[in-house]
Amino acid sequence: MTPSSEYNFAYLDEQTKRMIRRAILKGLAIPGYQVPFASREMPMPYGWGTGGVQVSAAVLTPDDRFKVIDQGADDTTNAVSIRTFFERTAGVATTTATTEATVIQTRHRIPEVPLTEGQILVYQVPIPEPLRFLEPRESETRKMHSLEEYGLMHVKLYEDISRHGHIATSYAYPVKVEARYVMDPSPIPKFDNPKLGDCPAIQLFGAGREQRIYALPPYTQVVSLDFEDHPFEASKADHPCGLCGAEDSYLDEVIVDDAGGRMFVCSDTDYCEARRAAGHIGKDAA
Amino acid sequence: MTPLLSVQGITKRYGAHIGCADVSFDLYPGEVMGIVGESGSGKSTLLNCMAGHLRPDAGSVVFDTRGHGPRDTVTMSEPERRMLGRTDWAFVHQHARDGLRMGVSAGGNVGERLMAVGARHYGDIRDKAVDWLERVEIDAGRVDDRPTTFSGGMQQRLQIARNLVTGPRLVFMDEPTGGLDVSVQARLLDLLRGLVRDMGLSAIIVTHDLAVVRLLADRLMVMKDGHVVENGLTDQVLDDPQHAYTQLLVSSVLQV
Repeated sequence: MTPSSEYNFAYLDEQTKRMIRRAILKGLAIPGYQVPFASREMPMPYGWGTGGVQVSAAVLTPDDRFKVIDQGADDTTNAVSIRTFFERTAGVATTTATTEATVIQTRHRIPEVPLTEGQILVYQVPIPEPLRFLEPRESETRKMHSLEEYGLMHVKLYEDISRHGHIATSYAYPVKVEARYVMDPSPIPKFDNPKLGDCPAIQLFGAGREQRIYALPPYTQVVSLDFEDHPFEASKADHPCGLCGAEDSYLDEVIVDDAGGRMFVCSDTDYCEARRAAGHIGKDAA
Repeated sequence: MTPLLSVQGITKRYGAHIGCADVSFDLYPGEVMGIVGESGSGKSTLLNCMAGHLRPDAGSVVFDTRGHGPRDTVTMSEPERRMLGRTDWAFVHQHARDGLRMGVSAGGNVGERLMAVGARHYGDIRDKAVDWLERVEIDAGRVDDRPTTFSGGMQQRLQIARNLVTGPRLVFMDEPTGGLDVSVQARLLDLLRGLVRDMGLSAIIVTHDLAVVRLLADRLMVMKDGHVVENGLTDQVLDDPQHAYTQLLVSSVLQV
């Protein structure tokens, strides 16, 4: 698709992109620290990825190849809309293949294929403050971050164990970055948490409504919080993928009829398709 | 003997109005100090200044820290002061709701201070929480219940357990028995007296209830209009009040 001449490259004006880039650079300099930025109104509702879109717009160059995933899938409404948005306003090439993309905007997943140096992963973040549901006052949570008072985060995990017998938090699982800032990794499943640390790609987090940007530079140490006697465990459904047979990927449970029938399929559609193209077949593949 | 807390010339003004003026005293380890006075006499202001919640306009609050000896808590850095606030100091609020996390279970409430100072073993934290619930006479079976399901007296006892779990050396109490009925008050006072004696705690208790100080406090300070008008041993002050206001205060108590 040809870029529209009515928009500046990637929709936002250059001054706005400069402002966002400054926030991104600051975020990269202080891994895990939430940098406030002047979030703009975007032509989409809050909660649909306004933060991620602004970060993507600020980092995209005409030579980039752009991929968008929503819960791992390339073909859902949110992913298709944002991909089309940048095709139209930036004219960048797009792809669904993780390995070919240079900028990947994601909602709630990290791709299964390991990321490489030179790639940028942009997360859409609904609520950037990991302490928010425990401490409603922003002034207080800021102080807790600056003074490294993170005991409260463990209170949340304690509550989980006391109520469920194990740490039941299965997504947006809090992590500690470089032994300093506690960070909300956006609502990715905790299965993806180990991929956050020591990652060769740059990871950027944008929260549009909450007006915060934070970042993980490549090869950052990221540790999931836990208790000594209840260690962190990256969990997934205990099944192979019904379509490609993969046993190492994060799975979605799909209800297939009204008689209790269900199947488990890879949430990362690109990973699943690549495996099927390579000849792997799961038990439910027709 | 070094005083645990040495307060010198604490003054706090709210504009032209005086919160408290030029208050000085020493508190020795194991001592319980009562501060009484009518509403608006500056007792809560004074307590908040000492506990680091308010910054006094003048004066010093020197605390004998474990690691570094006597330090002025007014001029120490905020991280250090907040660290004191969750290790060596404890603050019991008048309304338990101010001092508790109402959305977190009783066990989590008690465990919070432990986790804040680095405890990371769930089993140990829970054992300690259960132990403390029993010490404040809350059934161990309620450990996973939220404080919203507790009665007022239980909430107040839970608040005390939550504060004492890290073994503080100094407890600030702001009307700890306010809003409780008399029989619950009596049990709470009994419990507090036991804990203070067993743990060798020092405490500063602000109250307008003379019965509370009679039971708990070794020494008494009477405040009026921001000034200390009389101080001395509790029995001495209550049985032989010298200042006109203290005489009024003592004679105002109904004898049943």
